[in-house]
Amino acid sequence: MTLMPKCSAAAAVLALSASAALAEPALIFDLGGKFDKSFNEAAFNGAKRWAEDTGGSFREIELQSEAQREQALRRFAEAGFNPVITMGFAMADPLSNVAPDYPDTKFAAVDVTWLDAPNIRQIGFAEHEGSYLVGMLAAMASETGTVGFVGGMDIPLIRHFGCGYAQGALAVNPDLKIIANMTGTTPAAWNDPVKGSELTKAQISQGADVVYAAAGGTGVGVLQTAADEGILSIGVDSNQNHLHPGQVLTSMLKRVDVAVYDAMAAGEDLETGVFTLGLAEDGVGYALDEHNAELISDEMKTRVDAAREAIIAGDLEVKGYYENDSCPVLDF
Amino acid sequence: MQKMPAWADAVLVPMISLLLAAILSALVIISIGEDPVAAFRLMVDGALMRSAGWGYTLYYATNFMFTGLAVAVAFHARMFNIGGEGQAMLGGLGVALACLYIPWPHWSVALIGTSLAAMLFGAAWALIPAWLQAKRGSHIVITTIMFNFIAATLLNYLLVNVLRPKGAMDPATARFPETTNLPTFRDMFSTADTVLFRGTPANVSFFIAVFACFLVWLLIWRTRLGYELRAFGQSEPAALYAGIAPARITIIALLISGALAGLMAVNTTQGEAERLILNSTEGAGFIGIAVALMGRSHPLGVFIAAILFGFLYQGGAELALWTTIPRELIVVIQALVILFTGALDNMVRMPLERLFLALRRRES
Repeated sequence: MTLMPKCSAAAAVLALSASAALAEPALIFDLGGKFDKSFNEAAFNGAKRWAEDTGGSFREIELQSEAQREQALRRFAEAGFNPVITMGFAMADPLSNVAPDYPDTKFAAVDVTWLDAPNIRQIGFAEHEGSYLVGMLAAMASETGTVGFVGGMDIPLIRHFGCGYAQGALAVNPDLKIIANMTGTTPAAWNDPVKGSELTKAQISQGADVVYAAAGGTGVGVLQTAADEGILSIGVDSNQNHLHPGQVLTSMLKRVDVAVYDAMAAGEDLETGVFTLGLAEDGVGYALDEHNAELISDEMKTRVDAAREAIIAGDLEVKGYYENDSCPVLDF
Repeated sequence: MQKMPAWADAVLVPMISLLLAAILSALVIISIGEDPVAAFRLMVDGALMRSAGWGYTLYYATNFMFTGLAVAVAFHARMFNIGGEGQAMLGGLGVALACLYIPWPHWSVALIGTSLAAMLFGAAWALIPAWLQAKRGSHIVITTIMFNFIAATLLNYLLVNVLRPKGAMDPATARFPETTNLPTFRDMFSTADTVLFRGTPANVSFFIAVFACFLVWLLIWRTRLGYELRAFGQSEPAALYAGIAPARITIIALLISGALAGLMAVNTTQGEAERLILNSTEGAGFIGIAVALMGRSHPLGVFIAAILFGFLYQGGAELALWTTIPRELIVVIQALVILFTGALDNMVRMPLERLFLALRRRES
């Protein structure tokens, strides 16, 4: 008789996959995996917080192969999950194929802003604005007059980060030297902490004493090396100040967790269209907590907050890399 | 003398290997607190009980058939081509260039053109290791695996710096024109009332793979070249004595092998993605080794083994979708099957051979 519960358990799992009645949200992580301490993990944290707050549950998948991108989208949409939330720009192409086939399903795509579909909430972030603020902090904290930037994969998105950072740093000190390096040109560059560490050492040898990592899992190596070598670092996406208390100057927050939380909270009534979350929406910002309180003086805070207000009010414009595919102040 | 009957060699050994892999996988699943029976039923249901599941199973199987045949042909000449991955990548480059820069009027014409391009590029990538093996004695295992890395780097460079559309984030080419899009199983088998294979990537290149299985069978067992291949594989001095030139046969075997591996790209690049992406091969070149080992280098065996691995891949995707089994453990389960059917073949074979020998002795 031990077989019976097993069979009924199997039937329950199958019933779940077939039923269309449940309108639970589903979350599709990118190939980096959900525990990357950065982008995907921020999404997972947002989803987890939503589940704890509401008692709801959600379905998730970590992709293993390229063909699964479209498959996961279709299977979740067919099974009645709503909304289906995707992470990363690589989902844009499959989404443009799948979304028109499921007009009743709402999709939410983080880091995608250029699709033409009525049932997708496309969520972009004004990463250059947040990077501008941490760039200012870096320039004010630097004693050598040289700051570094370590990017992940060399794509326009990461240049967008670096460009905002450079503008903020140069606004504080026009004579500042900025060293920018990219980890690589393939998705492997998102998860290469060893290379991140080497790049950081190279930048230190050129005089950098604050290094900003916009590199996903690679950033873990950047922050570690900066702490080992006694210089300051800046984290990205999630608040990474706690990784090396007192040695991470700040983190450029990209509130992917809030975007995911809000999408799940809205459920089937999710508003679609293109949304860009900037400083005004608290979609980006800089992290201030007990781990870096001693590093950020009152004067630094006053100047950065003033710049933040000016950007929100429209008095200060941070140039985006996308505007003409180049950065006015930094060559990559 | 044969140590055991052919049926035991072809059927019993892989079956027992599979059973062992299944038992170990079940233990793995139990150890993380999931139900192996439910997991297995989920895999079967998701991969084999719905036409959409078959659409994915056969899509993966198509890849494995091409790479499995590629490895099998080289095996017959006793060469270990582990460069299927790189040859398939270059095949993808050939397909992409043909699709993007030649204005094809219709998919059927395009399919012939892209298949030729894929074979040409795949074979060309195998030519250098083949020449080095034949003329300079550089071992094929070393050179082909190094060529995988070179292929990956070359493709990376071309996709990032040359073929990527301006402003795009993905290291991938632009989408291929509509006229090159291959008909999928859905287009071919759906009627007005019932939609079959909905949204699945299986496409017409599956039939090319089946046809390739038949052609490889013809080649190996029904042509003079196939005889030379097998003779060379059995014994190089004997082949030499029979007037077979080792250098020539080495190069020809690897050219055919590379062309078959390259053909895989028609399925992934033209059939599924409809653009060339960075990791379009996704390890199929290495799975091909396990497929060829399990299929005993016979085209029919390769066909069956490829479908089994297609089932494992699609079933694994279903597990990832509907259970909380982490993806790392799904890879462990897939790896166990490869380990048992490919690498640990002798662990099952030797006791079985001893058993059959003992039985025969008792009879006589």
